Amino acid sequence: MSGNITVTIISVAAYFILAPFIGGLLAGIDRKLSARFQGRCGPPVLQPFYDVFKLLEKEPVTVNGAQDFYVACCLVFMIITGAFFFAGLSLLLVIFTLTTAGLFLVAAAYSSNSPYAQVGAERELLQMMAYEPMVLLTAVSLYLVTPIYDDYGSVLHSFNVIDIISHTHVGVQYLPGVFIGLLFVLTIKFRKSPFDLSMSHHAHQELVKGLTTELSGKTLAVLEVSHWYENVFLLGFVFLFFANGTALMIVVGVIVCLVAYFFETFIDNVNARMKWQFAFNASWIVSLVCGVVNLLIIYIAVIYFGWGV
Amino acid sequence: MSYVTKSPWIIHYDGSSCNGCDIEVLACLTPMYDVERFGIINTGNPKHADIFLVTGSVNEQNISVIKQIYEQMPRPKVVVAIGICATSGGVFRECYNIMGGVDTVIPVDVYVPGCAARPEAIIDGVVKGLGVLAEKRARLPQELADERARRAESPRDEDDTTEDVITVDVAGGADAAEKGDA
Repeated sequence: MSGNITVTIISVAAYFILAPFIGGLLAGIDRKLSARFQGRCGPPVLQPFYDVFKLLEKEPVTVNGAQDFYVACCLVFMIITGAFFFAGLSLLLVIFTLTTAGLFLVAAAYSSNSPYAQVGAERELLQMMAYEPMVLLTAVSLYLVTPIYDDYGSVLHSFNVIDIISHTHVGVQYLPGVFIGLLFVLTIKFRKSPFDLSMSHHAHQELVKGLTTELSGKTLAVLEVSHWYENVFLLGFVFLFFANGTALMIVVGVIVCLVAYFFETFIDNVNARMKWQFAFNASWIVSLVCGVVNLLIIYIAVIYFGWGV
Repeated sequence: MSYVTKSPWIIHYDGSSCNGCDIEVLACLTPMYDVERFGIINTGNPKHADIFLVTGSVNEQNISVIKQIYEQMPRPKVVVAIGICATSGGVFRECYNIMGGVDTVIPVDVYVPGCAARPEAIIDGVVKGLGVLAEKRARLPQELADERARRAESPRDEDDTTEDVITVDVAGGADAAEKGDA
């Protein structure tokens, strides 16, 4: 048992320390790749770190004191989300904490009077509405394909990340639809075109900078770092579909995460930004067709045919 | 070395001009010149910007716009006047509604003359601006400390209760007075 606790502490600490580095590097690779897609040379891979250090050097300017607090809360909750995830706790807890972090960001944008930030905040809420069903479906699906046994030999299921990754099933084998659905909504979560409605990493969108219009200097740096944490944690979600407790599948999982990130960058570069109606309809339809149908099949298999028992 | 020189984000404003320099600024972002390889991003947001690129001369109507953009930029910040119109007013200098170059409204750090200024010249101007930016960055902590001390000595009004809050003049009062003078 103490061994487990040690592993938990190590993985949470590793997330806390390494995630900003990995997330920042991923962001740098993203920018380099995007530049190459567009026939440009692109910035150095370490550019996101330079940007954040630059922002930390800037004069502090905030429209109100609450904004800094909200953005700081966003970072804290994002770290907590990842900590829960890498500690192997319940996926539901992880998802709700993630939502809390998102809501703090929305609150930060709402706290200013800037119309751009306000519209950005509204679009962010719509985006959350668009991706949330699929994220919850993912948790429920992984729960269904993770049967565990209690002391009396009867079957239970588990939302715990630790059970999901150590279970001998490879999730994607049974949940290809859910996996596709998750990849689809990841485009929203990574803030990539065609769904980068509330805030884009690219300059000059119709909302100036949407959510982040009124954030500058250190506040913006904090938000940027929280995005890095978020991206690493989201790739962890992709990883869950491949882990089955063996070293081979860990390697496969990490490779698939990198491929998924490359894929999102590619999608970002070949799409224009769509309206929120499209984002909303498309993600709910994909959730329904890929996610719910897949879930239904698994559910029937488990309940009526006793699969996995 | 200061990181501000490694990640200069720019905001671009085009005053009254023929748009020639405007287009040359945008040309710097294309794959041909690709300023992003220096970490330069063209942000549309003054609050994220470090370098203010102004093309075209200043007229009565855009004084307040230029001032507002400048005031909303957090320090350290640098202004680069691009093209002869932004430098001195150029061919528009004698027009009834023209103030002249950008330096009639806000302090300018680098002048890039030319009609239109070539992308190479613009990039060169921005790189010169980076030197100024680094100097300003070095002076910033002292400036902020001085301001805090001054504010502690003579607290002004209730607006000033929170630290680090900058109030931006809304177009109107002050500018209207200046227009009257002109």
